[in-house]
Amino acid sequence: MYAQMVETGTQKLRLVADMSVEERAFQERIDAGIKIEPKDWMPEGYRKTLIRQISQHAHSEIVGQLPEGNWVTRAPNLERKAILLAKIQDEAGHGLYLYSAAETLGVSRDDLLAALHSGKAKYSSIFNYPTINWADMGAIGWLVDGSAIINQIPLCRCSYGPYARAMVRVCKEESFHARQGYDIMLALCRGTPEQKQMAQDSLNRWWWPALMMFGPSDTDSVNSAQSAQWRIKLHSNDELRQRMVDQTVPQAEHLGLTVPDPALRWNEETGHYEFGEIDWAEFHNVLKGNGPCNRERLRTRVKAYEDGAWFRDALLAHADKRAAARHQAA
Amino acid sequence: MSKEWPLWEVFIRSQHGLAHKHVGSLHAPDAEMAINNARDVYTRRNEGVGIWVVLASEIVSSSPGDKAALFDPSNTKVYRHPTFFPMPEEVKNL
Repeated sequence: MYAQMVETGTQKLRLVADMSVEERAFQERIDAGIKIEPKDWMPEGYRKTLIRQISQHAHSEIVGQLPEGNWVTRAPNLERKAILLAKIQDEAGHGLYLYSAAETLGVSRDDLLAALHSGKAKYSSIFNYPTINWADMGAIGWLVDGSAIINQIPLCRCSYGPYARAMVRVCKEESFHARQGYDIMLALCRGTPEQKQMAQDSLNRWWWPALMMFGPSDTDSVNSAQSAQWRIKLHSNDELRQRMVDQTVPQAEHLGLTVPDPALRWNEETGHYEFGEIDWAEFHNVLKGNGPCNRERLRTRVKAYEDGAWFRDALLAHADKRAAARHQAA
Repeated sequence: MSKEWPLWEVFIRSQHGLAHKHVGSLHAPDAEMAINNARDVYTRRNEGVGIWVVLASEIVSSSPGDKAALFDPSNTKVYRHPTFFPMPEEVKNL
């Protein structure tokens, strides 16, 4: 979901009958719940799928700093500013854990960043939307990090050891993100009518993009079926999206806000909320690069990377100079 | 294009006297930057009182595949554990 629509490279699900001896042994380990580690044999498709998914997840964390970075200089008070900075720092850390996990699969950081900066690699659609008022900081923490938690908890149990362990650390830190977002919404909804209206406007703009984070329905998706067989993906997109709606609607009601979905209703029989149709054309358009902020996000990342080159080069030159001096002295 | 920074593994000690625990890795150009970055990334929540960083290339590890052969000798030596020896109840301090 931070990794949406990941290609597995398979046209049809791998059947046991078609597997080589090693692949069969590998699949048995997966089925037995044994973690796959970097030095273990793995099918090339498994390796490639994980590189795509984990790096996409990592890119999402780093690009995800930008919508919130937009409001650091305009937080309503010093405490809110410090808290927002702490959250943004966490996202950098999450990016690091995920890049580290991806690199165990035999890909370099430089290559991963080159793929992001060229537009070849994707990041979550949600970060292509603008943050136009302070309430958006609340909505993002509450809805976006909230959705991320729902996606990331099952990933703690995925088959690839380094990814699962990275997710454990991420999940520990993510709860603060969701709570700080909801705390912002609480303050606004308990404030002046204008503040509450700002919160409602923010919910109106972020609700549907948050639901889209989980990706389109994947019951017929070969990629999802293969990922499920490899125990990378443990729940369907629809399942996770339903979980998010069921959890979040009561939270919105507590705030006294209206979810912008006239079709939303509680179904007593199923024990779940029914909700309206999602506009998947918008989702695909955003993924294609035509969301409100795609070009700006990429430009910002590329500029930061290029503007920082002198510093990275200087660090390396300094390290080399020190190493040479030590070598001389020895 | 500049050359890539080497990979360091990071170990944090949570309290004085306890063992350092592996918490993750990072790239850095030298040891000083590795320690500072490890502090920034792996100790935001008071995780520890001490940091070790080790070049990943310097770490030698046993192979998971060798687990059975490597640790087989200790599997049959259960008498290394005190619980192997039941002591009479009346006897103290043993």
